[in-house]
Amino acid sequence: MADNEATTAAPVEPGSSGPAGAAGDSSVKRLPFRARRRWSLLTRRDKITLALIVGIPLFLDVALIWGSLVVDFLWSLTDWRGVGDLTGGGLGHRAIGLQNYTQLFDGTYPFFWSAVLHNLFWLAFLMFVATPIGILLAVILDGQIKGMAIYRTVFYLPVVLSLALIGIIWQLQYAPDWNRGFINGTLHVIGYDLPLVKDLPLVGQWFRDVSTTDWVGGPLAIIPTVIAATWRHVGYICILYLAGLKSFDPALREAAAIDGANARQTFFRVVFPVMRPINIVIIVITTIEALRAFDLAYITNGGRSPLELLSTLITNNAISESDRIGFGSAIALILAVVSLVPIVGFLIMTMREEKQ
Amino acid sequence: MSTDGRDVGNGAPDAAGQAAPRVAATDELIERADAAAKARDAASAKARDAARTTRMAPRRRIKARRIGLYIFLITITFVWLVPFFVAVYEALRTNADVNANGIFSIAQGLTLQNFIDVWGQTTPTFPQAYFNTLVVTIPAVIIVLIVGSLVAYAISKYSWRLNLLVLMLFTAGNLLPQQAIILPWFRLFLTPLLHIPEPLSDNGLLYNQYLGIIFIHVMFQLGFVVFVLSNYMKTLGKEVIEAALVDGAGVLRIWGAIVMPLCKPAVAAMAALQFTFIYNDFFWGLLLMSTQDRRPITAALNTINGQYYSNYNALAAAALLAAIPTVLVFLALQRYFVSGLSLGSVKG
Repeated sequence: MADNEATTAAPVEPGSSGPAGAAGDSSVKRLPFRARRRWSLLTRRDKITLALIVGIPLFLDVALIWGSLVVDFLWSLTDWRGVGDLTGGGLGHRAIGLQNYTQLFDGTYPFFWSAVLHNLFWLAFLMFVATPIGILLAVILDGQIKGMAIYRTVFYLPVVLSLALIGIIWQLQYAPDWNRGFINGTLHVIGYDLPLVKDLPLVGQWFRDVSTTDWVGGPLAIIPTVIAATWRHVGYICILYLAGLKSFDPALREAAAIDGANARQTFFRVVFPVMRPINIVIIVITTIEALRAFDLAYITNGGRSPLELLSTLITNNAISESDRIGFGSAIALILAVVSLVPIVGFLIMTMREEKQ
Repeated sequence: MSTDGRDVGNGAPDAAGQAAPRVAATDELIERADAAAKARDAASAKARDAARTTRMAPRRRIKARRIGLYIFLITITFVWLVPFFVAVYEALRTNADVNANGIFSIAQGLTLQNFIDVWGQTTPTFPQAYFNTLVVTIPAVIIVLIVGSLVAYAISKYSWRLNLLVLMLFTAGNLLPQQAIILPWFRLFLTPLLHIPEPLSDNGLLYNQYLGIIFIHVMFQLGFVVFVLSNYMKTLGKEVIEAALVDGAGVLRIWGAIVMPLCKPAVAAMAALQFTFIYNDFFWGLLLMSTQDRRPITAALNTINGQYYSNYNALAAAALLAAIPTVLVFLALQRYFVSGLSLGSVKG
């Protein structure tokens, strides 16, 4: 029994889908020999060409992208304001140790923790609301659905729009006053002062007065803003998950159906576990999207309170509104270090797949 | 639960098969076997009946569920379309009309006047903004595809000890938030030490230049292109390349004449995707381009948004004008766009 299951499960294990995966496996085994042989076929000129092809972009990538993190770190230990160079010293900057970091962490600069909170909320909302909706839509669209092309186009369309543009489109929905915003207009039609809703803690304030409700202006502005982001994220996840479902071995689903599993059981006990690689990709992408969030907040109010995010604090402190480069670098480095967690997780997964 | 079901299904016929020869020995046992067989038939008939009735019920239930599914899908599709409808409806009405009658009212006539008004009024004007976008996007896409496919080819088709490390460095670099690396880049772009010559830069810097924006897009997108294309190239056969090498073809010729033609689907998908990514860039264009008239359309939205703060109808028209190119590309190349995104995820 157990053997039986193992053999049916094996061919559809992560990554290897059907014939392509099988071909890959056989060539992997022979790789060292073949690769060495191919290497010996190369002329000296070929080898130099290859070295340059990889070497130049790699040098630029390491120096400019990874080097930036080193520079961030060095600057974060100073109070440099952009005058004078870093190595020269004296001219407008001095090393102040970890002072920038203590200022961030001990609450002297209050926007840091509220930005962290906003980023966390952004992440939680995308992860637990937007992503599951995207997965659900992908599962539905994977079945035989009439008018599939229409649904798919509609859900995918926001994915091709920039988040800045999405911010503007959603401003039209959130605008204050009964005659302007779509949501305030709707509430005007169905009636404000909804007895139960207006007494809700926190969010009740949105439902009290039609003329003053500014959805993206109040202290809870982050919620409507992340809903706008959801409009796009759902389609994104739907695309990724649907691609994964298409490569899912139908025999597994048939087996589950024969065993009498219903749709929900089939999904949670068979499909979802087998889709592990895709699930990890989706978690990584969602986390990175949440850490990168910038455009929506910036287009709405310049990324200032109540929509401050780690990303907007960096630019507002060090570029657009002030020149506190040392301080901005400290935030940038924190953002980079936090981002490296999902990135490294993703790389480890890819590497494991590579070895298989 | 599902395993239990299969156990019963597989186990029953086996037991019957083993029992049969031994049973044949005595009449008594034969009779008992007959009885057992009859009982089994009866049981299976009952089971069949039961199955039929349960199958009937689910069929009705399945039908109801399918209707529920469509209602859900249609509702959510409608919700998804509302923001578009609102934008289009606003763009086609005059500001005075909506101010007086509200958004939920029959339009007092639809007009394209808003589009005509914003076309030449924004900073930069729409023709200028589209031009800025094209000047940045087209070279950036071409360069990133060429460089990216070369790197992907070199690391996937030839053995290097550092293959995996190179791939990781590129991929991870692309996944970092842009904001984490903007400050050093900002300073680099401002440094006069680079002495960028005249046709490429009119101030000797990378800052405030098309070249600078192209450069940063290439650097930043390279990781994604290398990741996707190298994964794709790994699935191609290696014999052709060996044969070509034996015939004395150089590595660059093999890239151009053998590998790239084989990678056409992946390269096409990457082209569609990179076009959208770079077209949609807000961040670099906003911070590294100080002259507003040089900003690509997406970065220009920041200014346009401020310009029409009090006129949502004009703002809606401007937003739609900015959206049209990517929407058209998407509708025309949906397949490539989707497969591009999928290539990046399914294989890794």
